[in-house]
Amino acid sequence: MSSKDDQPGADHEYGFGTRAIHAGAIPDPVTGARATPIHQTTSFVFDSAEHAASLFNLQTFGNVYSRISNPTVAVLEERVASLEGGRAALACATGMAAQMTALLAIVKAGDHIVAASTLYGGSVGQLGIGFGRLGIETTFVDPEDPENFRRAIRPATRALYGETLGNPLVNVLDIEAVAAIAHEHGLPLIVDNTVASPYLCNPFAFGADIVVHSATKYLGGHGTTMAGVLVESGKFDWGSPLSREKFPEMLEPSRAYHGVKFYETFGDFGYTMKARMEVNRTFGGALSPLNAWLILQGIETLHLRMQAHCRNTLQVAQFLHGHPLVAWVNYPGLENSRHHALAKKQFRAIDGRPGASGILTFGIKSADPARAGERFIDACQFLSHLANIGDAKTLVIHPASTTHRQLNAQELARAGVRPDMIRLSVGVEDADDIIWDIDQALRAASR
Amino acid sequence: MADISTLRRILGTCRTIAVVGLSPQWHRPSFFAAKYMQAHGYRIVPVNPGTSEILGERSYPSVTEAARVLAGDGTCIDLVDCFRRSEDIAPIAQEAIAIGAKCLWMQLGVVNEDAAAAARAAGLEVVMDRCVKIEHARLFGGLNWAGVNTKVISARRPQQLPY
Repeated sequence: MSSKDDQPGADHEYGFGTRAIHAGAIPDPVTGARATPIHQTTSFVFDSAEHAASLFNLQTFGNVYSRISNPTVAVLEERVASLEGGRAALACATGMAAQMTALLAIVKAGDHIVAASTLYGGSVGQLGIGFGRLGIETTFVDPEDPENFRRAIRPATRALYGETLGNPLVNVLDIEAVAAIAHEHGLPLIVDNTVASPYLCNPFAFGADIVVHSATKYLGGHGTTMAGVLVESGKFDWGSPLSREKFPEMLEPSRAYHGVKFYETFGDFGYTMKARMEVNRTFGGALSPLNAWLILQGIETLHLRMQAHCRNTLQVAQFLHGHPLVAWVNYPGLENSRHHALAKKQFRAIDGRPGASGILTFGIKSADPARAGERFIDACQFLSHLANIGDAKTLVIHPASTTHRQLNAQELARAGVRPDMIRLSVGVEDADDIIWDIDQALRAASR
Repeated sequence: MADISTLRRILGTCRTIAVVGLSPQWHRPSFFAAKYMQAHGYRIVPVNPGTSEILGERSYPSVTEAARVLAGDGTCIDLVDCFRRSEDIAPIAQEAIAIGAKCLWMQLGVVNEDAAAAARAAGLEVVMDRCVKIEHARLFGGLNWAGVNTKVISARRPQQLPY
């Protein structure tokens, strides 16, 4: 059935909510099961030696071993690819595994990455130290001026890397400007879209080439399950004159997998196949089927939850903005934020205002603000003190003493983490209750 | 336009596929595609003047010659699948029309609007810039296992198994 808006001969374009519930999950062809079955198996039988050979040669599609692919995990992959408007996806055990896999598919020792300095602290560690040990160097630049990315590009650069919304600075990346700089140099732009979620922003629509997610956060939404996903747009031309010399391993026979030429053989999902067969298969970051299924349960309500997160967070931000005990509030959904205009451009509108997701930061007015921050957290009644974001529950943390404590003073300053900063991940409880708990904790902290 | 119902109809009704430009080398995309379609029940008719046999099937120098020989045992070529450059498609389209094929299919990266218009005018279905293997796996199952966005949304149980 097609609606009156569809072009004749074109497929119906389904909306976000329908895809959040259906994409990737047709009824099981054998049993007719409507819910996605949990294929909790390590391995899959071959029909014959010939069938096995075809599978190993990638001449036919199918499952061999759940470290490579699994039908339940594949539903999650297709679901996220659809929600991002991408061509293909690969799910990994965690968001960090997805980020590592996304990069190791195209970088090797001697290569270079340019990344935003405002990345999540764990990502700064992975790129700056972890990859550094492998001989892959990362230059961190202030993403406030997109030209900083251009200035750091070298002949050895293979990717630009940023976050749609930084964590915990909640700064907004100008994806279109950074993507243009990347493409001028024949490079892909990789964007971590965890905090915005695909409901609020599709980085591909602004020119990003690869998107990564910690599905542990808003995609799952229940705070029970680790998972990560990488998605490719299918639009990056690895064979272009500028790119072909930088990424010969996309074009030439793979030494890591049976001499397959990934870009020639799989075209617009060649990068995802390379990440799957060369990186995830050999580095072992596979996602368990049960965890994929748990994340899928969360995604079915992503569109509803993100609306609620945005509405609650704006109310909390406005409350804090007018509070006598609060020194400052940082939330791109507020009109006085320096990132409000970019938020308006890149994020889906909720009630006519840019949906800026559920993370905000603030500082308490105090002679000893760092100490006041700790007292605030200890005084909260139902706001949970833990190191996660994107839960249905409201979460609170003091980054300088927890998530970012491994960073030195200079790195803290570069990441925009002030000593007094409190980060809230506003949940979907009743806004009045969240505001009540914040208010009473602020009063307790100032006593 | 190659919408899902059109592609399902083409791949569901065409059973014999002439593959123009089929390579005998196992790692070439044309070989990948033909081997896959053969494994999924299609009769593959190689069209490659440089070789005598591919995938256990006799190879012919042209679509016309293949159709002439196959007519001897009552076999019709339903679909002409082109692994050739866009500028070389026009004469292949004329052959496809002349032998009464149901569909002219141009592989990924192959686009020839004039040849497509001629084939359509003669009553053939035309698909351009698509891979026959990828579309089969997208619509009848398999491609989803590789994490690809198939865009298939349905509450109906598939009527064939995806292998």
